[in-house]
Amino acid sequence: MAKNNRSMLTERPVSVEEAYELRPRLWWLYTLIVLIVVSLLAWSGTTVEFKGFANKGIEVAKGVGYGLTHPDMNLLLNLTNEGVPYQLFQTVAIAVLGTIIGGLLAVPFSFLACDKIVPKWVAVIFQAVILLIRTIPSIVWALVWIRVTGPNAFCGVVTQSVCSIGMITKMYITAIEDLDTKILESLDAAGCDAFQKIRYGILPQIIPNFISTVIYRFDINVKDATTLGIVGAGGIGAALVQCINSSRWSMVGAYLCGMIVLMLFIEFFSTKIRNKLTRG
Amino acid sequence: MAKNSFFAVGSRVTLFDRVVSLFRPELITLPNGHTVERPRSRTPLIVTILIAVVFASIKLTGFDIGIIIRRGHQFTVILKQIFQPDFSYFVKVVDPLMDTIKMSILGSVLGATLALPFSVVASTNINKTGWIVAVCRFILNIVRTLPTLIIAKFAALIFGLGTFAGTVAITVFTFGVVSKMMYEAIETIDMGAFEAMESAGADKFQAFWSACFPQILPTYLSYCLYSLEMNIRAAAILGYVGAGGLGLLINERVGWRDYQGLGMVLLALFIVVFIIENTSQYLRRKLS
Repeated sequence: MAKNNRSMLTERPVSVEEAYELRPRLWWLYTLIVLIVVSLLAWSGTTVEFKGFANKGIEVAKGVGYGLTHPDMNLLLNLTNEGVPYQLFQTVAIAVLGTIIGGLLAVPFSFLACDKIVPKWVAVIFQAVILLIRTIPSIVWALVWIRVTGPNAFCGVVTQSVCSIGMITKMYITAIEDLDTKILESLDAAGCDAFQKIRYGILPQIIPNFISTVIYRFDINVKDATTLGIVGAGGIGAALVQCINSSRWSMVGAYLCGMIVLMLFIEFFSTKIRNKLTRG
Repeated sequence: MAKNSFFAVGSRVTLFDRVVSLFRPELITLPNGHTVERPRSRTPLIVTILIAVVFASIKLTGFDIGIIIRRGHQFTVILKQIFQPDFSYFVKVVDPLMDTIKMSILGSVLGATLALPFSVVASTNINKTGWIVAVCRFILNIVRTLPTLIIAKFAALIFGLGTFAGTVAITVFTFGVVSKMMYEAIETIDMGAFEAMESAGADKFQAFWSACFPQILPTYLSYCLYSLEMNIRAAAILGYVGAGGLGLLINERVGWRDYQGLGMVLLALFIVVFIIENTSQYLRRKLS
């Protein structure tokens, strides 16, 4: 049928109406997709039901609204260890170290999991390991590492170093696979030795990609670090959740405001740097 | 261009370079008498700042590699138990696992549906009213900066513990992410057809529906699937703050130090994530 249409099209110019009549008709496919989506929705709607607001639900909603509009200025500008700025700096510090260590650890992983460089079976094993690292939620990693480090910011650093490996490796591998290897031949022809080939042939191609990946992950890690505090791994999360539990809404507002400003700031700069890295 | 710098940032001679003496470009006189400027590398500056930041971070977080070396075996103790999952526990995992999947499917669909009209309003090429775009983007930015767990915490307090709170959290999260990606996608589409439709007398909605919507539909569906992938993983931990799903079990097992049970929970999650990720990646490859 499709072949027939094409031959008709090539024989003579068709009018708009004719072309419109010849458009591919996939209504059965669309119906199938809609049916699948609707049945999935119906299935997932079975347990999720709205049971009205919780006991103090409306109070909480009002409290959050009040807190965000009336943040506790004393806390927001307090420069001691309890203040918002210190907590935010600690959160960023966790993300910085976690991302850098994760980014460094990911380098050997990504070369070992790239089936262009190592034998297929080695690559498959390492890809499985990476999938495993990515699947275990960061909170579980934090709970496991707390046994080792105790509940402090260091636990957050170690957790993020491990968690970051998964995604960073995945993106490193794409960068490695996209390498233009023809340039190595021309460097060979120019009489370069192995070290020079790596320095001038491979590194300039790979480093901007790697740095861009790491900065992207840093963005995610800062956001992640704010919640790691919930299990006691340092950062702003612990204080925030304590305030939520004890309904001190203006303090909650102060923490949230600090977090929002920090996140917007970091996202703005990371996007800027990454654009510069890709466009040169 | 990246000749004298690993970090290919700012190799052009800028005003900053001319003012700060450290970065004043080097003048090279060529054999034919011309002089050219070679910009100084920024790498030393960036590396110095980076080292300073790293040292500050080490101080702030109490980083101590010695602890890992001394107490590292504690880690393998737990890990060993996680890798010997208690299969008899599987019966209890099934229901929360299904809850997690249901939460993430419903949340993804709701969030992505809400995101579509919102992202159209927030894209500058369709909506020419500057302040509406600015307000929409501001709202989106705020929504996106809130971590899912915190949203879930609020939702659990407002709507009561259970899957509904989790669904709300995932809806909000998906809405933020998909809207952002969508308005960026909408801004790159070809507007020729849209303008043609408008000049032929169609109103904005008609023009968008028949000229722009077919262009963004594959991207939109692909983003929806991508957010579903992320949501399954996110939904698994939401129960930690009382929003239903696997997180409740994770919290409970860790509390009881039953790491073999935890291993079973994670194994089930691993299999589900693996299946959904592969299906969705297959579909996304078909879409592009």
